[in-house]
Amino acid sequence: MIQPLAQNLVYGVLIGSLYGLAAVGLSLVFGVTKLLNVSHGELLMLGGYASFWVFKLLGVDPFISIPATILFLLIIGYVIYKLIFARIVTYDVENKIRNSLLVGFGLSIVLQNLALQLWTADHRSIKTPYSGEAFTLLGVRLPVVRLASMGITLIAVISLHYFLKKTYTGKAIRATVENWEAASLMGINIQRVYLLSFIIGCALAGVAGTLVTLNYSIDPSIGLEWTLKSLVVMVLGGLGNMMGTFLGGIILGLTESATGFFIGGNYRQIAGLVLFILILIFRPQGLFGIKEGNK
Amino acid sequence: MKKTPIIIITLVAIGLAFVPRFIESSSTLTILCTVLLYIALATSWNILGGYAGQVSLGHSAFFGLGALATRILWFSGWPLIFSMLAGCILATLFALLIGFPAFKLKGAYFTIGTLALGQVLFATIGNLFPTISTLPPESLSNYNLSHRYFMFLGVALISILIAYYMTSSSFGLGMKAVREEEDAAESLGVNAFKHKLIALIVSASLSGLAGGAFAYYFNSYYPQYPFSPIWSLDSSMMAFIGGTGTIVGPIIGSVFFVALKTFLSLRLPEFHLTVFGTLFILVVLFLPGGLAGIWKKIQEISRKQPKKSDEPEVI
Repeated sequence: MIQPLAQNLVYGVLIGSLYGLAAVGLSLVFGVTKLLNVSHGELLMLGGYASFWVFKLLGVDPFISIPATILFLLIIGYVIYKLIFARIVTYDVENKIRNSLLVGFGLSIVLQNLALQLWTADHRSIKTPYSGEAFTLLGVRLPVVRLASMGITLIAVISLHYFLKKTYTGKAIRATVENWEAASLMGINIQRVYLLSFIIGCALAGVAGTLVTLNYSIDPSIGLEWTLKSLVVMVLGGLGNMMGTFLGGIILGLTESATGFFIGGNYRQIAGLVLFILILIFRPQGLFGIKEGNK
Repeated sequence: MKKTPIIIITLVAIGLAFVPRFIESSSTLTILCTVLLYIALATSWNILGGYAGQVSLGHSAFFGLGALATRILWFSGWPLIFSMLAGCILATLFALLIGFPAFKLKGAYFTIGTLALGQVLFATIGNLFPTISTLPPESLSNYNLSHRYFMFLGVALISILIAYYMTSSSFGLGMKAVREEEDAAESLGVNAFKHKLIALIVSASLSGLAGGAFAYYFNSYYPQYPFSPIWSLDSSMMAFIGGTGTIVGPIIGSVFFVALKTFLSLRLPEFHLTVFGTLFILVVLFLPGGLAGIWKKIQEISRKQPKKSDEPEVI
């Protein structure tokens, strides 16, 4: 009883860190620009396909090709932002959220359909030579790929954290979140901050996609599920709190694996969504968020 | 409330009732059935999403519950009408149940909350009813498509009439006030929660009724299928394309939606969803009033033009 449970929970933490990474991108975009990009899951899918094809056609290890995936998603994010979201970003908050939501759904239909036509509906995953290897610690299996993936998510989230805390651009982003009017009076180019946050969010989705392809599999229709998971985690962790969001991911991972263990695998997703609805209703500021003062 | 629109709607419906007499091809009739189903869905979505301004992506939950209850009761020997009523009531009760917590959420949080709720039902029903539901052989052998057509026509007509009745009353004004500025509406004595809850209940019951018609129409499907988020997305898309917050909007939107989808899937079978999604994005970005908004703009322009020609005389 104990050992399978421990195994289950360890897997929960490992996949939870992946949820955290996917959500951090969404949370950054929403926190800074107030754009709710529901095509986030599709961007993740594109990242997954990018590393899949680089691995399949060029034989490059997916961990090594991560910079290329990031670059690819930065470009896609730039194009999407300039074509679509730049028009919405000037609206007032309420309209910004609603319109970005609708446009995001349109975009996810487009991306999903394009992926389906270009790469078929087959499930794709990456099997590296070291895919089967694992450490065993106290009877609990720790697969190498999952551990390395968790390492990547930690590196990504911690570097984002320090980027926002320490660099000049990061400070400009945080100032915009605090009060965009004051920030723009201080000479911060708000439009650039929005664009930058958006494309960084896309890049984070791309990295998450690579890790999903390595640990699980991708197909053109996975977008909605990952968007929902990211939304759940974003709300769980509290807006604008990167470390909180990451912890929220781990909590979702643990909730899912515990549900899978005690109730049944079919109810994993449901447990996460119910948790989400409860948090939305009873603690909308998130588990680690601070209640907004005057809004 | 003006009588003319009701007369026009009823006359059009009577005209449409004769269609099966003249149309032999069952594929045309099937397309018409789809259009009518979508009109019912988009119109019921519009009451909550368009008039009361609560953009819901959980519409499929009510549609699915209506279909589920209708199918189970009808197969167990209940008369069809009572089964459909039961489905409608189930959807309404569910709306009552979720209304209190759901309206604690505002704006986008309401939208993603309802989306999550729809997903919860979708997944749960998939777990509870994993086997496909098929019409019994005796009903299959005397399956009559025009009966289904009349059913959809009736449900669409009921939805439009109720939506019209609701929105042209003072209650409708209250809903619009809540949509535009909830706090201001409250300060003028409009009970925002009550308006939103009633909008949700009516919207849900009509969606449940449409679900019942769907259960009557479809030969075989997985009970999970009507709970699919696709139905919520399609309902809102049609309303937005046609124009939210108007009676004609969802009707135009549904006709346009089905016509374009049929056309594109014949001409561009692979990329029809890509074109469709792009079109939807363009409508949201450039036509906030939807297709019905174009008509209004044309009217405005044609009204302005005579004034312009008058101006030189005045000067």
